Order: sequence, then structure tokens, then C-alpha cells
Amino acid sequence: MINRYQVQRLGFILLGVISLIVVLPILFVVGNIVVQGIGAINWEFLTAMPHGGMKEGGIFPAIVGTLLLVLGTAVVAIPVGIGGAIYLAEYARDTFWTRTLRLAIINLAGVPSVVYGLFGLGLFVLFLQFGTSVLAGSLTLAIMTLPVIISTAEEALRAVPGEFRLVSASLGGTRWQGIRHIVLPQALPGIITGIILGLLRAAGETAPILFTAAAFYLPRIPRSLLEPTMALPYHLYVISTQVPGMPPRVQYGTALVLLTIVLSMNAVAAIIRSYFRRRREW
Amino acid sequence: MGKPEFLSRPSHPRWGEFVIESTIRVLAFSSIGFVILIFFFLVREGIPIFWEISPENLFGTRWYPTFGLFGTLPLILGSLLVTVTAILIALPLGVATAVFVREVAPNWAREILKPMIEILAGIPSVVLGFFGMTVVAPLVREVLGAPTGLTAFTGALILAYMALPTIISVAEDALDAVPKSYRDAGLAMGATQWQTIWRVVVPAARSGIVTAVMLGLGRAIGETMAVMMVTGNAARMPLTLDSLFRPVRTMTATIAAEMGEVAQGSVHYHALFGIGIILFVITFIINAMAAVTIFKKPRRGGLR
Repeated sequence: MINRYQVQRLGFILLGVISLIVVLPILFVVGNIVVQGIGAINWEFLTAMPHGGMKEGGIFPAIVGTLLLVLGTAVVAIPVGIGGAIYLAEYARDTFWTRTLRLAIINLAGVPSVVYGLFGLGLFVLFLQFGTSVLAGSLTLAIMTLPVIISTAEEALRAVPGEFRLVSASLGGTRWQGIRHIVLPQALPGIITGIILGLLRAAGETAPILFTAAAFYLPRIPRSLLEPTMALPYHLYVISTQVPGMPPRVQYGTALVLLTIVLSMNAVAAIIRSYFRRRREW
Repeated sequence: MGKPEFLSRPSHPRWGEFVIESTIRVLAFSSIGFVILIFFFLVREGIPIFWEISPENLFGTRWYPTFGLFGTLPLILGSLLVTVTAILIALPLGVATAVFVREVAPNWAREILKPMIEILAGIPSVVLGFFGMTVVAPLVREVLGAPTGLTAFTGALILAYMALPTIISVAEDALDAVPKSYRDAGLAMGATQWQTIWRVVVPAARSGIVTAVMLGLGRAIGETMAVMMVTGNAARMPLTLDSLFRPVRTMTATIAAEMGEVAQGSVHYHALFGIGIILFVITFIINAMAAVTIFKKPRRGGLR
């Protein structure tokens, strides 16, 4: 018979082992893709057009396409997202409409990515006649990204102590002056972190651009916002499921480039967060 | 929010102030507009399916669009099988990890675990799908001795890991919200820390853990790319016991795989939007239920 302290020790060890079971596969996924993909990475792979049935050349248009989509997403999602966050954190009172708004945001966050794709197809591609294009894809991704930006930015604004607003008001500042000059600058690192987290999600998503922006094979940079584009996540999907006889080197190389972009954005967000948390004066 | 009362009244009613406030209000409430727009356009493109084909066909057991058979039942059951299995795997792993991180782990372990889980949350689903195809599926095939490794189980395994970051972080918040006095009381009664965790802290965090599971469920049922790449996509009724280890097809994968090939306005096109409506309604209900528990203010007393 073991006593309860031995039970506790065994229990803690079990919890540690389970945490390892959770974490080790993550290391393995990242490690596997880095090791297998690193050989494919060279200047040509990053800057050349694909050719030879996408088996040769590079993935330049897919990289640029993803950057364009992220940029388009940012242009729309950042102002709308910050506006929403400022409203919820600074203006909103607990009314029926505020609660409806919160419910809407929670549900936007939960809408499946492929349903965003359907919505984008229905509204932007067909109804507004943008066609399969960078514009339609960016708008679809922007709406998908909104809830991430709103909720993290709201949290950042709420973390700024009430006294800051009080002092601003006591000096004769209006509500907006207080927000603009006192609260927003203090909350900025948190807001930027939220924006990056939202955009990195947009960078990695495939399903929303499947029918709104993505081109199977288009070996050039889109000339306007109304043209379709290649994109990294979709390209990875295409070359790993739709093209037979694809060399694994190219598949892993593409996966590695996508993973690098997304994880480095993640790292930047983490660095900003921890740097400013240490420097914060309150 | 502990804002002083006078701050909630405009101190200087001025034009600029009014314009800015209105703009912010419009930007904020556009979110409600987007939810309505999403629903409207799904319905607009999908609703015809409900009179174009008979209900027996729509909720039948066979999905063969080329033969005019649009039975959504195998797809709904396929999604259910993969999602429920994923949550059954992810729930114990997620709660145990959250408890470990919050209650047990030394600081250095926490500093390693948390960023790792953030990395997992950041890995695009298509990358996990690719990894599932190239590494996990062959492994599953070998272990099971099955003809293919692209099975419902493979999908559930990948999905479980995709749901983990959500489950862990929400469960962690729930544990964090349990007042310290609860733990002190448990220990003061002579219970070990282990007993206190499982008989006091975790039960007190129960509603938050339920929320975690709901949000994980919502995330898993809507997952598309990874699931499409590793489940084999055979639209068959998963009714036998070995269905878990056979190919299966989910609602999301069906939309993603077939929408590219259908003519706009065809029955097939309407059917895919119809599946979209079903998905939207399911996730809406799941998230609304999770939201209710989030809105509910904790009613426990005691010192924090």
C-alpha cells in the first residue's frame, strides 16, 4: 500500500509525462519539416517562378501572393479591429446591443474557415463581381481576422489602469483626447501583438482563399487587385495532393518557407509582448 | 471596468469628438453586420437545395453528386466521428497539461511549455495536414496493418492536437480564476496538493473547462485542410465498429474538395452551400453555448 504522498508524487510525474506527450510531437513536426526542407531552400527556390509542372524552379509568386493577401487583410482588418476594440473597452456600456456585439464577435471567431470561403465566394466573388482575386481573398481573410484583433486589442486597452483616463480628464482632456494620447500609446504593444497574431492566422489559412483568391498555377505576380494569385498554403496543398510525382524536396521546402514566415511572426509578437511587459511603468 | 462615473458622460460635447465616437461605433457594430452578411449569403446560395431535391435525398445515406444523390448523412456522421474522437483524445491531454502548467510545473518547465503550445497554435492547418499525410498516415497504416493510413482516426489525431492550444489556454484561465483561498482551505484540511487539485480546484473550475471543451469542439468541427488531407475522403456511412480506422469524409472537406468543380447555380453548388448552412448553424450553437458560460459572472465568494 502506498501512502498519499507517494500517490501525489506519481500523479505529478504522470502529469509531466502527459505534458511531454503534448509537446514532443510539436517539436517533431517542426524538426521534421526543417530537416527535410532545408535542403530545398536556396536563392532560386525563393526568387524564381515555378516551371516544369511546378516540379522545378521556385515558389516566388506564392510567397509574394501570401504577402499581398496579408497586406490587403491588414489594411482592412486593422482599422476596423482597433475601432471595435476601442468601442468595447472605452465606450461600451453593458447594454443589450453591447452583449449582441460580443456574441457576434465570439461567433465570428468560431465560423469555420471553409464557411468564410463560401461567404467570400457568395458576396465578394459573385455578388460584388470582384472575381477570384486578391481583393476578394483579402476581404474574406480580413473578416476572419477581425475577432482575433478585436479581442486581443480590447484586452490590451483594458489593462491600462483607470487612473490614466482620470488624470487626462482632470487636465481638461476630452474622452477621445484621453484615449488618443494616453490610453492608446500605453496599450500599443498589446495591440500590435494582437494584430500580428491575427495576420499570421491569415497568412496560414487555405480554406478561405480556396474559392476567393487562389490560383492553381500562375507563374507571375498579379498585376492588379482584381487578379487571382498563388499563395503559399494553397500551393502546399496543391503540390502535396493534386500533382502526382511531386518531389518531396519541393513539398518540404514550401512547407518550411510557410512555417518560417508564420513562426517568425509569432516570435516577433512574443518578443514585443515580453519586452514591453518588462518596460511598463504600471 | 472600474471607470469613474463622470467619465462615461462626454465632458465637452464637440464636433470632432462626436464624429470620432460615431466612427468607432460604426466600426464596432460592423461585426454584427458581418455575421448577418455571412448568414444571408449562405442562405441566399444554399436555400434552393431544400426544394430542389427531396428531403429523403438530402438526408439520405448516399452522397454521389454525379448521380444526383446528395445524402448529407454520411458527411454529418463523418464530421461527428472525427470531431468527437478528437475531443476524447484532446480533453484528458489538455486538462492534464493545463493542471500541470498552472498548479504543478516548476517555473522553468512552464517557460518551455507555454511557448511550445503557442507554436502549435501558430502552425497552419495545411502544414499539419501535410505532416499527417507524409508521416502520421504511413505510421497508422503500419501499426494497424490497414490498406490505407488515411483514416478517421488519423484525422482525429491531428485534430486533437489542433484543438489542444484552445483547450489548454481556456482551461488554464479557468484554473487561474479559482481563488487561492480554495487551495489554502484544502491544504489546511490536511489534504495533499494532489487531492486538493482534483477534489477542490478542478471541480471549482468545471464550468470553465466545459467552455474549453466547447470551444475546442467548435474549432475541430470547422477544421478543413488538415482533415481533408488525412481522412481519405470516402463518403460512406461510418456505422460499423471499424469505421474509425477506415477512410471517412467530413462536411468541411466535402465543401473544400468539390466547390472548385461545380457550376455556379447548379444543384450540386446549392448542396455545398447547404452543407455550409448546416456547419454555420452547428458552430453558432456551440459558440453561443460557450459564450453563455463566458458571460456568466463567477458567483463564488471568498477572498481572492
